[in-house]
Amino acid sequence: MVESLRVLLGGTPRRISKKDMPEEVRELHQHKFADKERIEAIHIELREKAANKQPEKWRRKRWLVLAAVNLLFLVSYYLDIQLLEGALTASRFAGFHMADLNSALQVMLAFKHVVINLLIGTVTIFILWWLLGGRTFCSWVCPYHLVAEWAEMLHLKLVKKGWARDYQFDRRSRTWLWLVFVILAIVTGYTIYETISPTGILSRALIYGPGVALIWVALLLLFEIFFSRRAWCRYACPIGLTYGFVGITSPFTVHYELPNCFHEGECRKVCLVPHVLDTVLKGRAREIEVDIGADCTRCLRCVDACPTGALTVKFKGLGDLL
Amino acid sequence: MVKSSKRLTLKQKERRKFLGSIALAVGVTGISLLGMVPVIGKWVERLRPPGALLEKEFLAACIKCGQCVQVCPVEAIKLADLTDGLGIGVPYIDSRAQACDFSCDGLQCVLACPTGALIHEISFPSQVDMGIAKVVQPAQCLAVLGQGFKGQARGPDFPGLLRYADIDRWNPIKVADHPYDLELCDLCVRQCPIEISIIECALEDQREPTGKVARVAQRQENECPPKHAIELRDINGAMTPVILEGCVGCGVCEMICPIEPAVIVMDASDSRANSRGMRT
Repeated sequence: MVESLRVLLGGTPRRISKKDMPEEVRELHQHKFADKERIEAIHIELREKAANKQPEKWRRKRWLVLAAVNLLFLVSYYLDIQLLEGALTASRFAGFHMADLNSALQVMLAFKHVVINLLIGTVTIFILWWLLGGRTFCSWVCPYHLVAEWAEMLHLKLVKKGWARDYQFDRRSRTWLWLVFVILAIVTGYTIYETISPTGILSRALIYGPGVALIWVALLLLFEIFFSRRAWCRYACPIGLTYGFVGITSPFTVHYELPNCFHEGECRKVCLVPHVLDTVLKGRAREIEVDIGADCTRCLRCVDACPTGALTVKFKGLGDLL
Repeated sequence: MVKSSKRLTLKQKERRKFLGSIALAVGVTGISLLGMVPVIGKWVERLRPPGALLEKEFLAACIKCGQCVQVCPVEAIKLADLTDGLGIGVPYIDSRAQACDFSCDGLQCVLACPTGALIHEISFPSQVDMGIAKVVQPAQCLAVLGQGFKGQARGPDFPGLLRYADIDRWNPIKVADHPYDLELCDLCVRQCPIEISIIECALEDQREPTGKVARVAQRQENECPPKHAIELRDINGAMTPVILEGCVGCGVCEMICPIEPAVIVMDASDSRANSRGMRT
């Protein structure tokens, strides 16, 4: 858990020496590649997969959920059915208050006064996203995530052609920005971050109509397309970090099983936050089974990408209940 | 390009990455702080929805969700754009285009606000303090000129809505669908929600002069505005609109004024005597 927090804040995943690993794990690391036939079979499968691209199962579901949540705001407003009122920053679902944790944090720090409705909304959303995995908000609800995903597809194509590059930043910049916006909210008494929040801007643009603010979102996307893959989500967004904190102890995780992993690296290629998949590298896993850390957005693209089923969706505790 | 980066040592690369990251963080912070410019420079002075706190507190407390926008029956409330800087996503009212006429009665926007940016203690229109009306060009006023008014107050194409209780108590209709024929133009007084409310209260009292106790249960304490908001006063022989203490700044008089530009406009600044939030 401490390691998960450290990586979330921008630290590089630590390696542990072979000596400190349980014997079983050490053994697995050493003898994994004896099964040459199996590995050859995996490679054939991967080549076939690359030749005729199938739609990703989880990604399709995720886009559907993301579109549904965001469109529900719009539909609810236009049909005046009061099912989901407001925007992503704060809303009411069938009358129940909900408040985006980062927006609520900014308001509380700037206004220095918390009305009961905001508290109810914040606690509700906290519990909800703790259950669902914290940064699950990012990949399953945030509208910027979706457009950034499309921009990423374009970015990868352009990189292949040599027309764009992926300049990588230090991931600690997000932690610094999170702190800066917390301090700015306290000191200035304004919710400074909300001015540039692409999540808020896009959510409001969808519900209340587009505006000049979309230019800022477009600039961010252009930056990501030409200079740095998924830069906003990876290196800047304080919302992501706030939900990351919530997800540290979440029961919902992506689950890694070392015996099934043949270190093909397919998962890291598609991952928004590949540092959380450090454990899949050869010789890194500390245990036979590992839960992926808090910075994981549970987008489940790795689950779809893994050719050997080493990564699965897991709801901790539910297994015991059933 | 590739060659030059290969020549860099690992340490140089790390240094470059670190500096790049600082530039990124500083850049993002800097851009976000630009949002303060329109606010500090007071480039825009907005009429805020009923119950809005003082501008600084209001901007701090507003979570920019637009729930107030969604509940307003006359769609008077709009959300500001990036040009308002920190005021992005914050609700305002352009009263000339569509004023708040309190046709929801219960101040729905106040009830909808999840953060208390619109003060929750407020229950009645007469407690509101959005701003105050100002007569800015009395020389153009039809009443001052002794003229009447006939026709649609803002022309046939004006989309603005108002509640006309005698036509439909519950549903506001287009101002364009309600033509007037007045010997002396008194639209600003006639349509003032506070003045209408005072007349309604007086009529009710007249109708049942003996049943006062029963009515107290129906009608709450502050429902009837204690003070008048606007009147036409004879000043040197000219009937002139005069704004009184009871004015809450809703902007209906500005919306209904048939003169272009309007004779009356709203002052929404923080510097007024009663400033924002709730009247005490």
